[in-house]
Amino acid sequence: MTSGLLFALVGVALFALGVAGVVLIAQLPRRILAFNLMGSGAFLVLVGLAQRGDLPDPVPHAMVLTGIVVAVAATALALALVRRLHALTGRLQLPEDDGD
Amino acid sequence: MTDALDWLAPLVSLDRLAWLDPLAWLVVLPLGWATLAFVLGSGRGAWAALAGVSLQLWLAVELAGTILADGATPPVGASEMAAHHAVGGWGAPLGIDLAADGLSAAMLILTQMVALPLAVYARAYFKAGDPAGAWFWPLMGFLIAGLNALFVSADLFNLYVTLELVGLASVGIVAAGGGAQQLAAALRYLFVSLVGSGAYLLGVALIYGAYGTVSIATLTPLIAAEAPRLVWLAAGLMLVGLLLKTALFPFHFWLPPAHGSAPAPVSALLSALVVKASFYLILRLWIGPLEPLLPAAAAWLAALLGALAIFWGSYRAIRAVKLKRLIAYSTVAQLGYLFLIFPLLAQPAALQAGVMQVFAHGLAKAGMFAAAGVMIRATGQDTVAGLAGAVDRLPVTLFAFGLAGMTLMGLPPSSGFLAKWQIIEAALAQGYWIIAVVALAGGLLAALYVFRVLRQAFLVSGADVAERGPVPAVPRTLEWSAFVLAAASVLLGLRGVELMRLLGAGA
Repeated sequence: MTSGLLFALVGVALFALGVAGVVLIAQLPRRILAFNLMGSGAFLVLVGLAQRGDLPDPVPHAMVLTGIVVAVAATALALALVRRLHALTGRLQLPEDDGD
Repeated sequence: MTDALDWLAPLVSLDRLAWLDPLAWLVVLPLGWATLAFVLGSGRGAWAALAGVSLQLWLAVELAGTILADGATPPVGASEMAAHHAVGGWGAPLGIDLAADGLSAAMLILTQMVALPLAVYARAYFKAGDPAGAWFWPLMGFLIAGLNALFVSADLFNLYVTLELVGLASVGIVAAGGGAQQLAAALRYLFVSLVGSGAYLLGVALIYGAYGTVSIATLTPLIAAEAPRLVWLAAGLMLVGLLLKTALFPFHFWLPPAHGSAPAPVSALLSALVVKASFYLILRLWIGPLEPLLPAAAAWLAALLGALAIFWGSYRAIRAVKLKRLIAYSTVAQLGYLFLIFPLLAQPAALQAGVMQVFAHGLAKAGMFAAAGVMIRATGQDTVAGLAGAVDRLPVTLFAFGLAGMTLMGLPPSSGFLAKWQIIEAALAQGYWIIAVVALAGGLLAALYVFRVLRQAFLVSGADVAERGPVPAVPRTLEWSAFVLAAASVLLGLRGVELMRLLGAGA
């Protein structure tokens, strides 16, 4: 097993853990962390699978950098929304949908 | 004299005035006016938005014209797509290529066509000082920039970035009202959106690992030639992620709260355009690079989920207490039609039917949410029951609601009729009568929830209205911009041929 494949497999495991966290955890800050775990998993797969030959491939590195910017922006937005929700309701969990 | 003008040469002589390329400007313009609106401050920038969207509409039509003209003689060589632009002069693989064919041009026209009346509507809806509208214009600009960028992207990774741009801008615009309920809807929507695009990104990573490229044009022959098992996994991840973002049954759970709790112009933008962006991407992948991977069972599974979406969405719309929930569940149902076309794609009419349904639903649902916004303003409550007797005060708005409803039911001559008729025709031609039955039943169910609203407004006496005190006056602009959208959804049915020709061009 090459190190690249190992990275990719760990990446898939992290991604799965992250998705489970986002879906199952009720505490919003932990959900945001889980989302970050998910993103890191995808980035590891991207870099790991591209490790073929001796020279590193620059394209996935550029993609991961872009992906990190997106993840930081999404995390900031989520944290801002959670802070506001906490200020309004005093809770760090989503209220039940009143739907109909 | 000629020397003095030499500096002009590169500006005017590059092929078809490269610096005026609509592909680039359709992305740059909304970014520009959104930033301007942000700098101007809270609640300002409506005029910049109106001017910008008008220009974009012209650019989109111009682009469609170019593609139609090129369609007669398909370009051979470097680019697969009819219109093509290398951002900053750096082509792929180093830079980012923008490209458009008939399908992209059609989506671009729809986006600007819906955005323009909605911008007029939103300007009247968010009066100065309305906290819900404080940052509407910058967010709308970034949302449209993201949508336009998505429709002209030619590689899977750039598509991921634009998906995220659209998702983040949509979440921001849902949360803009600032109430606890809106924040909760925005957060739910954010998590769904992030899981959806995360799954898509993992799929892209696997595809890059397998082929070393993300360009759609390069990938298509590679995947057709050889697809390791990894690529099947990648295709599954990408499609499931996108279905989550498109809110296909059973992934629709996030849509009614997000679309139902936002202010009316926001609901209209989200229901009419944002869910269509991920559908466009599914369609693009399905008829493009992923086509050799997908067995007939996948197409039938998509159609089955589509049929369930039609029945479940309609049932919930028929039972809904709140007016905007009713319209949001109707979106769930109407999205189902888009997935009925997948088993029929052997015939070009099926693709045309799908895009016609995207147009029909986009215009009609924008008009319907806009009309609902007027009714909620005028009655002071978001319930179907509160509409009793509303026709006396809001004849134009109810006419608009009725016209939009006509499109959703699929009555001739509306564009919804054209879409459903083409689905049924394609289904019968291939012997799949069950799809035709579902499409017809969906139309009847739509009639039930549309007439539920109209009956309440027209036939139930509004005698108790007086007890609620004075009714706030609604600006005429609101009523008429809703009417324009709804009327466009009906009249488009008369101009369907042009749209069909555009879809066939430059693909």
